[in-house]
Amino acid sequence: MNRIQSKLQEDKKLLSIYFTAGYPNLNDTVSIIQNLEKSGVDMIEIGLPFSDPLADGPTIQASSTQALKNGMTTEVLFNQLKDIRQTVSIPLIIMGYFNPMLQYGVDAFCKKCQAIGIDGLIIPDLPVDVYNDQYKATFEKYGLINVFLITPQTSEERIQFIDSISNGFIYMVSSASVTGSSSGFGDEQTNYFKRIADMNLDNPQIVGFGISDNKSFTQATQYAKGAIIGSAFIKHLTSNGSDSITGFVDNILN
Amino acid sequence: MKHNIDSKGYYGKFGGAYIPEMLYPNVEELRQNYLKIMAEPSFKKEFDQLLKDYVGRPSPLYFAKRLSEKYNTKVYLKREDLNHTGAHKVNNTIGQILMAQRLGKTRIIAETGAGQHGVATATVCALMGMECIVYMGEIDIARQAPNVARMKMLGAEVRPALSGSRTLKDATNEAIRDWINNPIDTHYIIGSVVGPHPYPDMVARFQAIVSEEIKWQLLEKEGTEKPDYVVACVGGGSNAAGAFYHYLEDTDVKLIAVEAAGKGIHSGESAATSVLGREGIIHGSKTLLMQTKDGQITEPYSISAGLDYPGVGPMHAHLYTSGRAEFISITDDDAMIAGLELSKLEGIIPAIETSHSLAIFDKKTFKKEDVVVINLSGRGDKDLQNYIDYFKL
Repeated sequence: MNRIQSKLQEDKKLLSIYFTAGYPNLNDTVSIIQNLEKSGVDMIEIGLPFSDPLADGPTIQASSTQALKNGMTTEVLFNQLKDIRQTVSIPLIIMGYFNPMLQYGVDAFCKKCQAIGIDGLIIPDLPVDVYNDQYKATFEKYGLINVFLITPQTSEERIQFIDSISNGFIYMVSSASVTGSSSGFGDEQTNYFKRIADMNLDNPQIVGFGISDNKSFTQATQYAKGAIIGSAFIKHLTSNGSDSITGFVDNILN
Repeated sequence: MKHNIDSKGYYGKFGGAYIPEMLYPNVEELRQNYLKIMAEPSFKKEFDQLLKDYVGRPSPLYFAKRLSEKYNTKVYLKREDLNHTGAHKVNNTIGQILMAQRLGKTRIIAETGAGQHGVATATVCALMGMECIVYMGEIDIARQAPNVARMKMLGAEVRPALSGSRTLKDATNEAIRDWINNPIDTHYIIGSVVGPHPYPDMVARFQAIVSEEIKWQLLEKEGTEKPDYVVACVGGGSNAAGAFYHYLEDTDVKLIAVEAAGKGIHSGESAATSVLGREGIIHGSKTLLMQTKDGQITEPYSISAGLDYPGVGPMHAHLYTSGRAEFISITDDDAMIAGLELSKLEGIIPAIETSHSLAIFDKKTFKKEDVVVINLSGRGDKDLQNYIDYFKL
């Protein structure tokens, strides 16, 4: 069983953290991952930086721009991660945009992910139908779980379809926004979380966008299996470097 | 339809809609409705009426006598520069504002580089009394002050794009992000034949009026609808898409797309995407684009802000790879000289974008009896300062 699938079976609410690989410094990637695991994080999304990240707000874009300036590339990231499974056992997901993956070669990219011990991919601009028609077989050949996004505007029919081709979790975008836009949830979001929970989908949902502290984490996971924090963690890294990760995670969980 | 779009939104292998799920409802709504709306008699009537009375169409097809004598061939200029707002851009913004109204949208966003599309969008928003927000790279705002002032006079809000390289591609990113944040009430008026399907097709159809007119105008003047060549400059490629549209499947008519070589194709400062680009994804479309080996999108360069885009629309990527169109690239210097030449020979000061198309006579020899139609996509008023600086006028 894939590590993501095993983790989803644990009887707890999951905290997943996103960070941009190569930020703040090019070679911080491995120590950030190790520290996140030690701090009690359940799952990590490693952001492969892209020059034009359409779905991201200013915080993640700025970290991506800096990471690229620092020299991050697909090949560098794979090299940094080559021994990661000797020290880290929680699920690792690479999150990135489709063009760098396409240039590396989708098959080669997936093969490398398997060799390293990456468990899944999140590629926001790889459309569901293109994945299903052209790349699903490749992902499955290398044991990779592809994670799809849904939003408050996604139709019920489309959610059912996405559920039918998912085999891990569904990334539930909390509101119509790019990353890092807002924090905290109102009734509108809570109703949406509940509406999706009531659909009794095969795949559990993990909420992303707009989670930054214990309060928003608790709200997001009232109906969902877990939550993802990205921009708030990047801001923490910007202010504190990679030293006090445990403190950041403690504040979310307690 | 070998050269035009297929039912899935692709030109050959280029096109599609590579968009985050957050954009899917907006783009899908447009995809499901755009052809239906464009076919409605009331839409057609309003579109045609505005193009006639507001834009000033049909734009003349002018036989350029002195230019023809100089290059020993028959040159016609399609005078899109005489349109209201000074370029072909307004054909598309008129179409899209009517589309937005019929989709029940109340707020308009757009991206702009040099400001021409921003002005054309602000204009139609003023015309229809709609809220208008134009994203423009911070660097472009500084170097295109007159167009920023025009947009403000027209009632638009100009928002600086502060991310990335702070130019056109980043303005496009910011507009897309705005659309993600405002999925219900907002329509995004893209200015070129780029972006996710159905934008390239929709914009091409709105610009197709250019070749539709060329056909009957040429029939009147030359007794045939078919020129030997149609020439247009390509940044994203909307004026070329319009000029080529009704000739795409007629291979008797040769198509020439002119790209900006900047300071030279291999100078590191160029926007000649057909030569320097590789297949990839930019702004939701699979096309040819300038990128690093690693798939990061690179910053192009051209003296002309309108050609300063790291990709081309998927139609043009297909026309290039299939060989249907010939692609020629022209340097800054050659374009500027051609712009001055047209001014002196014909009394027409072209936009620097358009000057690139006028520079092809040094690259390509035409026969005396050839009929060459050049799409004169824009006027040079906005570029006056550039011409002054370049020629020390």
